[in-house]
Amino acid sequence: MKTFRIGGVHPAENKLSAGKAIQVLDLPKQAVFPLSQHIGAPAVPVVKRGDVVKVGTKIAEAGGFVSAPIYSSVSGKVSKVDTVIDASGYRKPAVYIDVEGDEWEEGIDRSQTLVCETSLSPEEIVAKIKDAGVVGMGGACFPTHVKLCPPPGAKAECVIINGVECEPYLTADHRLMLEKPDEILVGVTLLMKAAKVDKAYIGIENNKPDAISLLAEKAQAYPGIEVVPLKVKYPQGGEKQLIDAVIRRQVPAPPALPINVGAVVQNVGTVYAVYEAVMKNKPLFERIVTVTGKSLKNPSNFLTRMGTPMSQLIEAAGGMPEDTGKVIGGGPMMGKALANTEVPICKGSSGVLLMNRKEAARAEAQPCIRCAKCVSACPMGLEPFLLATLSMHKEWERVEKEDIMSCIECGSCQFTCPSHRPMLDYIRLGKTTVGGIIRARNAKK
Amino acid sequence: MANKLIVSLSPHVHNDDSVQRNMYGVLIALIPALLVSLIYFGVGAAVVTLTSVVSCVFFEWAITKFILKREKSTILDGSAIITGVLLAFNVPSNLPVWIIVIGALVAIGIGKMTFGGLGCNPFNPALVGRVFLLISFPVQMTSWPKIGQLASYVDAETAATPLALMKMAVHGDVSALEQLPSAWELFIGSHGDLAGGSLGEVSALALLIGLAYMLWRKIITWHIPVSILATVFVFAGLMHLSDPAAYASPVVHLFTGGLMLGAIFMATDYVTSPMTHKGMLIYGVCIGFLTVVIRNFGAYPEGMSFAILIMNAFTPLINNYCKPKRFGEGKKK
Repeated sequence: MKTFRIGGVHPAENKLSAGKAIQVLDLPKQAVFPLSQHIGAPAVPVVKRGDVVKVGTKIAEAGGFVSAPIYSSVSGKVSKVDTVIDASGYRKPAVYIDVEGDEWEEGIDRSQTLVCETSLSPEEIVAKIKDAGVVGMGGACFPTHVKLCPPPGAKAECVIINGVECEPYLTADHRLMLEKPDEILVGVTLLMKAAKVDKAYIGIENNKPDAISLLAEKAQAYPGIEVVPLKVKYPQGGEKQLIDAVIRRQVPAPPALPINVGAVVQNVGTVYAVYEAVMKNKPLFERIVTVTGKSLKNPSNFLTRMGTPMSQLIEAAGGMPEDTGKVIGGGPMMGKALANTEVPICKGSSGVLLMNRKEAARAEAQPCIRCAKCVSACPMGLEPFLLATLSMHKEWERVEKEDIMSCIECGSCQFTCPSHRPMLDYIRLGKTTVGGIIRARNAKK
Repeated sequence: MANKLIVSLSPHVHNDDSVQRNMYGVLIALIPALLVSLIYFGVGAAVVTLTSVVSCVFFEWAITKFILKREKSTILDGSAIITGVLLAFNVPSNLPVWIIVIGALVAIGIGKMTFGGLGCNPFNPALVGRVFLLISFPVQMTSWPKIGQLASYVDAETAATPLALMKMAVHGDVSALEQLPSAWELFIGSHGDLAGGSLGEVSALALLIGLAYMLWRKIITWHIPVSILATVFVFAGLMHLSDPAAYASPVVHLFTGGLMLGAIFMATDYVTSPMTHKGMLIYGVCIGFLTVVIRNFGAYPEGMSFAILIMNAFTPLINNYCKPKRFGEGKKK
């Protein structure tokens, strides 16, 4: 069975909510839309206090080419354009909307009928995706239309769909593949058309045999789409690891992109959003979110309107357990610990994970015993112990030479360290500093 | 509620591995060899091992508390116990208590704590202690009790080891190699009329069981032990083919002396061995090569300890030059 070739770890899967069908979450009383929900320039608000909006009304325009517009997920009145603390922990500009009723924009096809045929040209498909505000929904939130516009000289050869969901606990993509397989397959054909390729692979880890067999069976009706079962290994959902696993090509160090090896990678959630944007005229304003945790009463998967506070999802899943020590936006390997639960669901929110106090506490760090387990675990072929130590000693020049910028912050090193050393904390410090040094150097040139 | 949440950076989970788990894993892997030494050397093995472990742990505790003045003691992490067991395994079973205590002081004091304790020492502490004793007390360190004298300790009857015979062969004694025990006797450690050597190194079989356990528990990887053993086999084999009367067969080389003990438990010490698989292979090949060179051409009959210590010194250099294969390098398409 295929998998990526360098490093990797195997965290306990804990897919508690894998058997739970997607439920539609109630509307929030107030929805909050941060203007930076994607990589790139923040969106620019086009509404002001007092404006009346419907479900699907554009409330912010893309702020540049690498950016994405934002649509309201609710109907009601704009109460203010202010700031909110988002999952990153920083205060960011945001639009607040008080919810009244549930009135949708006309032109959005709300039926469940599958639409397969389109006469749109590749350029028109890309334009619709761009206009609908679709971004990568696996967590990185890179605007999807940018990936579909290859830089000069690069040519896409295949589309790779990320159905890996290698983060423990999360099941949003798994449920989506089980419940919307036809929509996903149509979405893949749209992406193939947009990227002008005739081959697509859907990579799924074999801890989801039901999704693999369902999609493989249905894919027979769609020429050029192949389902690739993958051996369970973290971080297989990393873009570079997935490309290596599926087509045996390794993307060179930054600034090289997947397109340099001919691949366009999209998450299954993104594919579904593409289908809805192109075929149903529906901009991106809702997504599947897994709410989970060992102490939680009902781990669930919710179809959630953007802007809903995470506290509402936790309530819907049985309420916050007494012993909660940590609330994580995303999965346990790469998710962000939240300081409060009023953080709104954004385009990249794949899950809300509650950990009890015992799970949440970090063990005390011991001296490095140079066991080299971090070196074996690193999927990028780096030496995490060295990067961490050099960053700790502020040896920026040396740490840049040791390829710190190739680190994808997957956390495999720290996960595997017998001495419980906070390696990734220091590596992030090093990456941020070296990134700044590189930018300053490039600016001088 | 909200203000009680813990906020820290990812990853938020850990695989529950720990320093202790690895150290105690190594100790479990040493149990077969310990049992064999108790069966072969009886009370001598028990006294030597116990003395060594107790003094190593005591010196680590005392140095941490009174010299380094650290609040937290590290004796429970298991590393001092390992050093104690390995030091005992590397000395004859009739070694007097006071010499063992000196060895433990050198191993822990000079070999480990001088550099700051676990993780900081450039040389394998047990080997530092062992080589110090070998040079300081050459007579006591090279008198080898015969196997099977369960009730005796310092008074045990001694005999020559296979390595001594092999040295005699190299120096022109044509009949020396004929007195060697069979490969099977060497493998299980019974050694016929000869002495077995240091108390932990007699049975290759017991040590290999330990290796299998450590590989299964993923405490170590195969790279270092396999590269050492393979190199010794090939290099000693070539020497043997060149002159069978002077140079013992590679099988004898594999199963005698400290080779197995060193390749499996000493060279694989995390702290003093290279960090990458490529580096581990270079390190292992060099140790194997140096061991055979010292055994066949050096002044000492056994070269394992020296070979490992020499390569310990090269570990930082190897780490500098052997980088892991970076993702995406040389695979452009």
